[in-house]
Amino acid sequence: MTAKVRYDDVEVGTELPARSFPVNRATLVAYAGASGDFNPIHWNEKFAKDVGLPDVIAHGMFTMASAIRVVTDWTGDPGAVIDYGVRFTKPVVVPNDGHGTVIEVSGKVAAKLDDDARTVRVDLTVVHEGKKVLGMSRAVVALA
Amino acid sequence: MALDQSFVGRSYPPTRPYEVGREKIREFAEAIGDPHPVYVDPEAAKELGHPDVIAPPTFPFAITTKVAQQVIEDPELGLDYTRVVHGDQKFSYTRPVRAGDRLSVTSHIEDIKSLAGNDVLLVRNELHDEHGEHVVTTHTKLVARAAEEGAPGTGTAAGTPGE
Repeated sequence: MTAKVRYDDVEVGTELPARSFPVNRATLVAYAGASGDFNPIHWNEKFAKDVGLPDVIAHGMFTMASAIRVVTDWTGDPGAVIDYGVRFTKPVVVPNDGHGTVIEVSGKVAAKLDDDARTVRVDLTVVHEGKKVLGMSRAVVALA
Repeated sequence: MALDQSFVGRSYPPTRPYEVGREKIREFAEAIGDPHPVYVDPEAAKELGHPDVIAPPTFPFAITTKVAQQVIEDPELGLDYTRVVHGDQKFSYTRPVRAGDRLSVTSHIEDIKSLAGNDVLLVRNELHDEHGEHVVTTHTKLVARAAEEGAPGTGTAAGTPGE
């Protein structure tokens, strides 16, 4: 593990660079194929509406994969992630309008956990159309 | 309909190993839009101290869903799969997943409860490599929404509800 961020250089409250991740219908098709999750609510508008959704929604796991990028881009080594958990609270609706939507992610160091293991907890805020879509979105990561 | 409580504490034997391929990792990384070289370039991975390319942190879910399906589609459990949404997801790593790993999944049903008419199912999966060493544990919470509720939740469990 070779994180490029030093444990000694961060403190509680240190903000990670925020990122925006675009997602459109093509993104969902690609993610369905790569992940093996072919639930029609992620690609079939009629089916999604029949089960009471406003439209096709993104896979929760796609949102989860996007959110952790704020951490892995910051540390430089995705292998430094030790724990990562989220709660799926609201769907990310993806319209069929050619450009889709955006998932906005920010994060900050919430705790320095272990001076020997140089681990910190990062709390992530994941927003779509002004609303939080993940709750309790937290990662533990080892720093240099 | 209440789920069969006798499933709590049940474990399922390790699956036949899933071999993690470089191209599968590449495909997954591209699908999540992440261009990090550690997922595709063995040299970049070695520079970071990994013996080969590694997989993105959420990749194991693609392995465990197929296993979990056997569990949640067990007719005795009584889960209406068309009403299932993904509630929570967690990964706890001993080390990253890497190309060449042959991972066996052992599933455990940790809890089943009813909350406000919704059935909640907690599943833990342990992934071990071909040497029997622990790689990652995943925790998944699935919620089967009560039949009269109109608004579904959020993410979804994997798989395709019967059409």
